[in-house]
This record gives sequence, structure tokens and C-alpha cells, in this order.
Amino acid sequence: MARYFTDEHEWIDLEGELATVGITDYAQEQLGDIVFVELPDVGTVLDKGGDAAVVESVKAASDVYAPIGGEVMETNDALEEDPALVNSSPEEDGWFFKLTVADRDELEGLMDAKAYKSFCDSL
Amino acid sequence: MRYLPLTDTDRTDMLATIGASSIDDLFVDVPEEARLDGPIHGLPLHASEMAVEKHMRRLSKKNLAAADAPFFLGAGAYRHHVPASVDHIIQRGEFLTAYTPYQPEIAQGTLQMLFEFQTQVARLYGCAVANASMYDGSTACWEAVAMAGRVTRRKRVVLSGALHPHYAEVVRTMARFTEDEIAGAPPALQPRPDNAGLIARIDEQTSCVVVQYPDILGRIPDLAEIAEAAHEKGALLIAVNTEPVALGAIKSPGELGADIVVGEGQAIGVGLQFGGPYLGLFAVRDPKHVRQMPGRLCGETQDAEGKRGFVLTLSTREQHIRREKATSNICTNSGLCALAFNVHMTLLGEKGLRRLAAWNHDLACKAADRLAQVPGVEVLNESFFNEFTIRIGRNARKLVRDLAGKGILAGVSLGRLYPDSDGLDDALLVAVTETTTGEDIETLAAALGEALS
Amino acid sequence: MSQANKSGWKPEMTPERRSGQETVTGNRALMLEEPLLFEIGHAETTGVDLPEIEPGASRRLAGMERSDPIGLAGLSEPETIRHYTRLSRQNYAIDLGLFPLGSCTMKHNPRLNEKVARMPGFADVHPLQPVETVRGALEVINELAFWLIDLTGMHGVAMSPKAGAHGELCGILCIRAALEARGDAREVILVPESAHGTNPATAAFAGYKVEDIPATPEGRVDLDALKARLGPDVAGVMITNPNTCGLFERDMKAISDAVHAAGGFVYCDGANFNAIVGKVRPGDLGVDAMHINLHKTFSTPHGGGGPGSGPVVLSEALSPYGPLPYTARTKDGVVHLVEEEGAEAFSQEHFGGRMRSFGRMTAFHGQMGMFTRALTYMLSHGADGLRQVAEDAVLNANYILRSLDDVLHAPFGDSGPCMHEALFGDKGFADGLSTLDLAKGLIDEGYHPMTMYFPLVVHGAMLVEPTETESKAGLDQFIAAFRSVAERARAGDESLKQAPYHAPRRRLDETQAARKPVLAWQEDEAPAGTPTRSERGGS
Repeated sequence: MARYFTDEHEWIDLEGELATVGITDYAQEQLGDIVFVELPDVGTVLDKGGDAAVVESVKAASDVYAPIGGEVMETNDALEEDPALVNSSPEEDGWFFKLTVADRDELEGLMDAKAYKSFCDSL
Repeated sequence: MRYLPLTDTDRTDMLATIGASSIDDLFVDVPEEARLDGPIHGLPLHASEMAVEKHMRRLSKKNLAAADAPFFLGAGAYRHHVPASVDHIIQRGEFLTAYTPYQPEIAQGTLQMLFEFQTQVARLYGCAVANASMYDGSTACWEAVAMAGRVTRRKRVVLSGALHPHYAEVVRTMARFTEDEIAGAPPALQPRPDNAGLIARIDEQTSCVVVQYPDILGRIPDLAEIAEAAHEKGALLIAVNTEPVALGAIKSPGELGADIVVGEGQAIGVGLQFGGPYLGLFAVRDPKHVRQMPGRLCGETQDAEGKRGFVLTLSTREQHIRREKATSNICTNSGLCALAFNVHMTLLGEKGLRRLAAWNHDLACKAADRLAQVPGVEVLNESFFNEFTIRIGRNARKLVRDLAGKGILAGVSLGRLYPDSDGLDDALLVAVTETTTGEDIETLAAALGEALS
Repeated sequence: MSQANKSGWKPEMTPERRSGQETVTGNRALMLEEPLLFEIGHAETTGVDLPEIEPGASRRLAGMERSDPIGLAGLSEPETIRHYTRLSRQNYAIDLGLFPLGSCTMKHNPRLNEKVARMPGFADVHPLQPVETVRGALEVINELAFWLIDLTGMHGVAMSPKAGAHGELCGILCIRAALEARGDAREVILVPESAHGTNPATAAFAGYKVEDIPATPEGRVDLDALKARLGPDVAGVMITNPNTCGLFERDMKAISDAVHAAGGFVYCDGANFNAIVGKVRPGDLGVDAMHINLHKTFSTPHGGGGPGSGPVVLSEALSPYGPLPYTARTKDGVVHLVEEEGAEAFSQEHFGGRMRSFGRMTAFHGQMGMFTRALTYMLSHGADGLRQVAEDAVLNANYILRSLDDVLHAPFGDSGPCMHEALFGDKGFADGLSTLDLAKGLIDEGYHPMTMYFPLVVHGAMLVEPTETESKAGLDQFIAAFRSVAERARAGDESLKQAPYHAPRRRLDETQAARKPVLAWQEDEAPAGTPTRSERGGS
């Protein structure tokens, strides 16, 4: 399983033809207490860079963009009941959605864990 | 000037502190050619309290106040008795002169009131959640249509022909800009609402059906039947109520399956005020739709000591955070009118509202029966709450004007509401509330009898 | 009042979390806890004497009679007065002190306004009465309309919008209607980053793409950048003037000229008109449409969040497209109400057929109750007094700016005098202390805080607008309080992070409110007498 990161602070786990997407620990730290996550409908076809989800804190709403294109196969229903999962376990239990990988070339240019860490350190 | 506390000495001292030599120094950024060099010509200069009051009283005397005439107007604005304590409370400076509750620690009065108001509206409408109010019923109606579009992701709107024509016009005006497709229909003067005709217009592209309850002619449609048909096609039912007192007598729209219930709250606590400010009510039956709602919401929480308190919440839906992605551009609510509604409803309570509703209906039944006896008058409605339609076989708009000349405010002619529709000219809406006396009804009956003979 | 404990302190609280001496009631002398209406009211209690009508055989409710309880609670009149009076005392209000909410704010609300609004000829008339019986009401609308036109130097005014944001929408829809009328489909509205959130929300609603206009380092619109962006796709610009940094847009006329030359229109957000009323007219600066918040400039009450009123003044080019209904005075001096019916004939007769309304924004004629108050205020001040209003408002704001710019960072302090409001940022605060902490500290000093974190262009923004109805002594006390709290924020006084200590509530948990929204009362702990959920049939 390979994990990639974007400069929009999303992570992507690749397992076969399915990618799981969430936001990073750094992102949840910046956003503060998450109160709501709006997830895409299953079956939605996302384009790379398009609006995929919205995370809300009390005073801010931030768009989450699709890091790669594909069809949404599953969303994390647990976030509906317990959005705080994004704060407590952003990179495990607080995942957002799973989608098919439309084009593996879109993974080009994404960061690995080490590159992402130095990217965050530079901010 | 009585509203300006600064003295000339203050002004001089303050300019010195600022380091400016004159007030003009503070307006240097206004281009010189645009600066006015003195009071605008043609406008009067300042005036005493006594003089202003005299001027305004003269203008007010040119109007015929409802209290000074037998009065039968409704059509979206109703005259009810408002207890004196309502006006006393809304004039308390802590309510009247408070701003939006942005700092909840020092706005618990307004916030708790809004929480009580939301609860009252939700229960009256048979819904899970009501917001902290909108501008008025007509704008709430449009906001409901827009919300239905967000929920269903469809753009075709079916309006009942018996929706208040001004509400329909507001929806049509707004929809032109959002490219929603609005299917309206002319009102049909029939004793019963045409549910079958309405249901036949719902299809798989329909986002919502908008039905007034009781409708513009005063009739009471069976919302359950329409709700079922709408839900079958994946559409939402929006129920619009313009007379909240009616809901003390008839089933709530939420109970009958309406998904969004909106309306005008003016009848409770607010008064006629020549059309505004009024009070838009907005509620949803299913709590899962809350995040698609427009407008402010007040919610319960705790403070750092564990005490219960209230805050404005879920504000990420709103324009000041979402900007161009907000659910609505609405920025304010109708707080003081919500307070008036809240206080009046508290004074009424369950028992009072039911009694008030029963009294209104009883008087309206008596009035309908009495007017039906007048030769030339036909009562159209099979059902109604406190407003019904009569047909008089001649131009009702002219008749209303003639009777106004005799000091009788006889009702609202359909010709006034539907200037472009044929076949409605002889219809008159007559509203009867607890403020209407038996003598008023006799006066109207006699005047109609004379005019129609 | 044992029930008051429900909303009062929790006995299980640890002693160190309670502030001060505990009481059985949770009250603190004159600071009285008040339960919710639903906790003290009863379904069987009513404060209004109404007859009990037996349902007659003649009922005509189509079989829709309500059978289940509604779930409302009632109080007697004495209990009602006490409930709301107690609640009122938990509110800050302009009657208690200044409301320095930059770009929002309120000034003193004269009580003559209230008296006039309640005259039966205004308060007790129906919007659909025959016009012959409401000539005086129509005259009020018309008289106010002419004041607004004269004060702004514009051509026409749409009176019906119900609030500022509604007025904005009206203005943008006029622009779109005017462009459509000339067959010119444009897609973009330009909005500065410092704009109120309603601006982009309004433009988006009207179907426009929103693009930012950059600002100069001194806090004004970047004219060159704006000119570079203008083109055949730009429908117009929305500019707040004076802007939300408290500065007058010096280049306003040049902006308007450039936008007009490119075929677009200029919308001005008139929220801050109170700073310039009587001093400069937006019409002379090339503005095509501007809403006016009657509460902010003309002293109508804000009532804890509305009702507002947002008439929109319009240029000659946009006037024909304003919404119905409108009032118009004909040559014979009579004021008419023009609705859908007769609009065409009226337009032909009096306006050369140029009226082309874009439609209707609200059921009736607008916020009459606010019109009477605003007109009363204008007549009281007169043309001379209104000019003094703007001068004193600007003087008070500059006095605050220059009295605090040594302890607070004023990002645009060198951009010239401010207008109606002074803008500060959080630069210089100790680590861990924020604008929010300062605001909550001000609450303990007895003041409503300033606007926080707006405009977005300044970090930790504090926007202070005093208005003209504050005395110098009052301002001096406010400045002393503000200074003291600002010094604590700079010095790293950690106690500020728990402020307020003395308000009716300590800091409220907004995260909990948003995560698990409780938006209506539920009778989990229903006192005897109120209907339970099952009795209400699950409504």
C-alpha cells in the first residue's frame, strides 16, 4: 500500500484500483475542532482538482479537492455521527471517501511522506 | 441637535488630539470637487421633536386605520388583537436596541428568546427545526424553493394556482436569475382546491410542489395527498401558511407530510404596519435537511462553567463565511418581530391559541352564512378557516373602493391581486378575526345588499 | 424558583470552577437566571382572556381539525412580563453603552421614532387597502424616497428591499436586467477582498462569477489592477465606500469612469453611508446603485437582529429596472402606488414608457415601520444635522484611532484619516493571546466588543466604529478600557483567555453547539403540566 500526499494537505492510500482519501494531521491541526464533514455521494465522478468534500469548523468551511479523478465508491459514514474523528484520527479512522483511480498518471507529482513532512516544515 | 452629545469644545479638543486643524482635514480623501460645501439645498433644516411629530401625525391622519372601520382584509396580512404587554416588552431597550447576538455571553436574552421562538414555530408547523426567522413569508417561500433545489438537485418547480400571487411573483422573479423553471397556473374559482390537477403536474424532474394552506381563496387543501404524490416522484412538498392562527384549529403541515413549511408570522404579535416589517417563518420536517436551510439558527450549548447557554450556530452555511457558496445571501433575520411573535404566543399558550382559532373560525362561519343571505352574493368555499371568497356578480375592485368611500374596508378583491387574469373580477376575499364584531358583519351585509340591489 | 437550577450552575461542579459565592437559585443578586418558557409554562395556562367556543355543527375545516396537542406552553401576563424582563437583562444594548461594531454598528435610537411608528395611521393599516385610504402612508414612502435621492444625488430609489442584503440583491438584479435589456450577457462581478460576505453571496446568487479585486498596500482598491481586468465580460463591480478598512476610496470616480467605459455598472455597498451623509453624494462619484441600511445611517432599531430595511438608490441608467411595487408622485402632486397592474400605462404616461421592472422582491411595499422611523429621524436632523452626524462620526472614529494607535497596531494608520471606523490588527499581542481574548476582556469592562476578524485582509482584525451618538467623556472611558485590555494582551496576561468572568455566561462551547445541534427544546425533563412528546403524537 502506497501513501501519497498533496500540497492541499490531503493523503491518498492506494490499494489496488481503489484510493482512500482524507486530510492530514497538519490540516486538522490548522482547522481546529471539526464540526461537520460534507462528503460526496457514492457514484459521483470526480475530476482531479474538483470540489470533493467540505470540512467545517465553527467559523470556517474549507473545500477538499479531489487529489485524483475517479468514481466515489464508498464514504466514511462514521464522520456523520462523529466528525471529531477527523481531529482524533485524521489519517486512519477519519478517512473521507474511497474512489476508483481513473488515471494512474494523475499520481505523478504527488509527495511521499518524507517530502510532505519537509513541505509542512517549510510552511 | 438633541441626538449629538459632542460640544464645540469637545470637537476642538478632539481635533487637537488627532492632530487635525479642522474637520475638513478628516475628509481630505474625498475628492474636492465632490465635497459638498454646506447642507444640501432643497431639504429642510433640523426640527424640534414637537414639529416632527406634528408633521408625521398629519400624514398618519390621511390614512384610514383598520380600527376605525369595519375591516375585512386578509390575503396574507391579518388583523388580530395584540396584548399590550407585547409592545411593552419589544420596547424594552435591551431588546429593541440590541444588535445581532454576535457575542453570546452578553446576548443570552435575545438568544434564549430565539431558541424559544424556534421551538414554538417548529411545533406549530409540526416540524423538527425552525430557523430564527426570515424577512417575510414571500421571501421565505422563495428561500424554500431554492433550498428544495439544493436538496433534490432538480430545477423544475410546481406552484399551486392558489398560492398567494405576490409570493408566486417573488418566486418567479428570483427564479429568472437562478434559471429554475417555474410552472404556475391561474387560480380556478372552485369550491374545493384542485388537488388532482396539481398532482398531475408533478413529474420526475420536479424539485418541489408549493401549496398554500389555507390557500389564497381561503380553502383548506388536503396536504397529505399532495405530499404522497410528491414523494413518489422524489419531489419535496413546500407548504406555505400566511395565517398562523389557523394552525390552532387545523393539522400542522408537517404532520401531513410537508417537507419544508414556510409562512408569514405577522398575524401573531406583529400587526399590520402597511406590509412590513413582517416575520418570515421557515421550518423543516426532517432534521437531516438542517444544513441546507437558509438563515440564522440558534442552538443550545454550555459555557465554561457548565451552565446552559445559547449561541448562533451552523453559521458555516451563511454568507459571512461561505461568501459566494452560501445557502443564501440573507444576512439578518427579523429579530424584533420574532420577539413579538414569541411573547404573544407565550401569552396565548396552547389553550389560548386554540381558543383564538376556534373563535376566529366560528365568527367566519357566521359571517359567511350571513353574507350568503345577501341577494347577489355567493360564498364560493366549501372549506375555510377565517377567510373565504365571495362572488358578487360585478366588479369587486370597484365595489371595494365604493365601500371604502363609505368607511367600510370590505376585503381584498381578486382583481387587485390578479390584475392580468380574466374571470376573477367579481370575486372578493373576506377575512374575519376576533377583532370583527357582529355589528361589523351586519354593516358589511347591509352595504353589500345595497350595492348589489 | 427551584426550577431555575436547570439553567443555573451545576451542583456537581468543582468549587474552583464556580466563580464567586454559590447561591441556591443560581442567581447573583440582580443577575437572575431564567428557565426556558417550556420549563415554566403550561399547556393549560393562558395570559389572554378568550371565550371558549364550542365547536359548532357548522365547522368548515374540511375534516382537517387538529387533534393532537401542538406542544405550546403558556404563561399568565405577570409571569410573561417577568420572564422577558429577566431575559432582557442578559442583553447588552445601545441603551446601555456603545456598540463599536465596525461596519455593522448602531447609533442611539431616538424614541420619537418609536412613537411615530405606532401612530394608528401607520401601524394599523393593511397593505392592500384601497389607495384612497392610505394616501398618507404612500406620502411617507415618497417623502423618504426623495430624501434618499437628494442625500445621495441619485435618480431613483427602490423602496421595497427588506434589509441591506436584500437591497444588494435588488441592485445587482437591476444591473443584470439592464444588461439583458441591451442584449449584453456578461458573466463576472468584481468584488474587493475586504468586502462584506453578502457581496459575493449576492453576486453568485444572481448568476455571476465572482472575482477578487486586489487592494493596494494602503488598503484601497488597486485602480490599475481593476482597469487591467475590465473587459466585455465584466458586468460590474461591487465596492464598499467608505470601505471596510474605514477608508474613503479616493479613486471612486476614476473607478466608476473606467467601469462605465468598459460597459459595466458600479454597485456601491452603502453600509457605511453614515460616514459621508451630507458631505459627499455617491451619485457625484458615478455610482449606479447603492443600498442604504436604514438602521445604520438613519437610526432604526436593530432589535437583536432585524428587521432591517434596505432601500436602493439607482442611477438614471438603472432606475427603469427597479422592482414593483413602487410609489410615484404625478404632476398633480398625488402619490400613486404602481404595482403589476397599470405599470405599463403609468410608465407611458409619466416616464415615456421607460419603466421595465425586473419583477417583485417581496409581497408588499417594504418595511413601512422602518420608513416612518427613518423619516422621523431625517426630519429631526434636517440637512444640516445629517452633515453634522457624518462629521461627528468621523471625528469620533479618528479620536479612537489616534488614542489607541500606540498600543494597537493600526495597519492603515498611515493611509490618511479614517472615516467612520478605526481598524487595528493583533500584531504585538503576546503569543497565545488573540483578538478574541481581547474582545472577551472588553466584555468584563462593560463594553460590547468591536467587530472581530473582519475585514479578512488584516490579521486578527479589530474594527471599531463608535458612531456620532457617543459623548467625549464616554469615548474617553471606552478608550481607557480598551487600552487596558490591549496592554494585557501585549503583556501576555493569561487570565484574558478565560474572560469574560462577569457576564451572564462564561465562554460558550460553540463546537459542541455545531457538532450536536440542539435547535429546539425537547421535554426530556418535562415539569408536570406540559405535554410530553408522546402526547403530542410525535410532532
